[in-house]
Amino acid sequence: MSNIPENLRYSKDHEWVSVDTDTAAIGITDYAQHSLGDVVYIDMPRVGDKFGAHEAFGSVESVKAVSEVFTPIAGEVVEVNEGLNDTPEKVNGDPYGDAWFIKMKMENPLEADGLLSAEEYEEYLSNQS
Amino acid sequence: MSTENLKKTPLNEVHRSLGGKMVDFGGWDMPVQYRAGVIEEHMATRTRAGLFDVSHMGEIWVEGRDAIAFVNSITTNDVTQLVDGQAHYSALPNEEGGVVDDLLVYRFNNEKLLLVVNASTTDKDWDWITSHKGDFDVALTNVSSAYCQIAIQGPKAVGILQKLTETELEPIKYYHFTTGEVDGVESIISRTGYTGEDGFEVYAAAEHAEQLWNKMLETGKEEGILPCGLAARNTLRLEAAMSLYGHELDDDISTLEANLGWITKLQKDDFIGRDKIAELKETGLKRKLAGFEMKEPGIARDGFDVYVGDEKVGTVTSGSPAPFLKKNIGLAFLPPEFAKVGQEIKIDVRGKRLAAEVVPTPFYKRDK
Repeated sequence: MSNIPENLRYSKDHEWVSVDTDTAAIGITDYAQHSLGDVVYIDMPRVGDKFGAHEAFGSVESVKAVSEVFTPIAGEVVEVNEGLNDTPEKVNGDPYGDAWFIKMKMENPLEADGLLSAEEYEEYLSNQS
Repeated sequence: MSTENLKKTPLNEVHRSLGGKMVDFGGWDMPVQYRAGVIEEHMATRTRAGLFDVSHMGEIWVEGRDAIAFVNSITTNDVTQLVDGQAHYSALPNEEGGVVDDLLVYRFNNEKLLLVVNASTTDKDWDWITSHKGDFDVALTNVSSAYCQIAIQGPKAVGILQKLTETELEPIKYYHFTTGEVDGVESIISRTGYTGEDGFEVYAAAEHAEQLWNKMLETGKEEGILPCGLAARNTLRLEAAMSLYGHELDDDISTLEANLGWITKLQKDDFIGRDKIAELKETGLKRKLAGFEMKEPGIARDGFDVYVGDEKVGTVTSGSPAPFLKKNIGLAFLPPEFAKVGQEIKIDVRGKRLAAEVVPTPFYKRDK
């Protein structure tokens, strides 16, 4: 069973978003880390990079494969979790806490409301398999 | 997901019960990893013990008066050098000097040899071998589905296996084998493996697979044995710089190019492709297999281009993180002048050219 915290919003590409006023932290969900297997490297964007909603901002690599990561919302990168590459296994162990990938200043602070709720994401997952 | 058309080893149910993530490997339904994950499985094999289902590999008996002469004529290594109870790594060459498959040749006696071939090429090899029988006085039997094969590898492997057999394992030298009973089951007990660790590969009748597997797991539990899937099998063999057919070896790649001159005995009696291989040696290799290590963050993957300066000079044949070494490594065919230790190269990783360096292989060597 996948872990899906109540207080976050989700995308169909298995990213989570945590909003603080107009800043959004973005990471990948428990379902995503489980599908990937042991994470070994995250290819991060740079502070200042701008992305539209659903654009790929980087990639996450496991031993066997590479997967692009998409931002569910539009905005500008204000912080990158560089330290995460020292302990990439954190993405597997605790994908929602310290394992956020980037923080973005949101172009539209209300955009996250249009994403899936925990309940909707859970339903989406159960329709996946 | 339908696995109807996929072949299954006798341990398929067991893999699923252990939480194996099943994938299609060359037409076989196999576990790529289990619950512990690739990295843990890899580290378990390097520091304790790992258990591998390799029952999908193929086995072919060659029996009769001309067994040795026949196998010698279709392989690159010298079968006349083997003694009873000894095996060697070899290759089946084609007429162009390329490789049909790599394999192990086991000598039971001077009229009985066992060939152990790759899972994805078993049918291809069987057709090749039978079609080259000619007038040799040999009987060929494909017993691939009759056998299961389980590999137990790692520093604790021998100790664990010893608890299940009266056969003394320590005196069996590397690349030697014997027959005996493992947990009461008649088996071929072979000191071989594809991990770079000490250990054994056990061959037995397929119906005993579950019993042997479960017993080895149970017996090795207190030593910390883990079942290991295909992903760990790949990272382990890559750290040990062992070739994988379809990557470092193929129909259009010579053993000489793949650094396998040591299993290519040009001085022995004539064998398929011998003249072409000798010619290649004479005129000089155009490419040579080299090991490299990434010098910038990033992972080289199979098929990525290799650059020296602005010139593309080769392609990555196998690339991956190396869990034990904590580096990102790979193998690539490079022009001989660039295949030297210390040569700086760049790998094109999804559009970015990242620095790497040619290093000595094997990348990992166990303490003896």
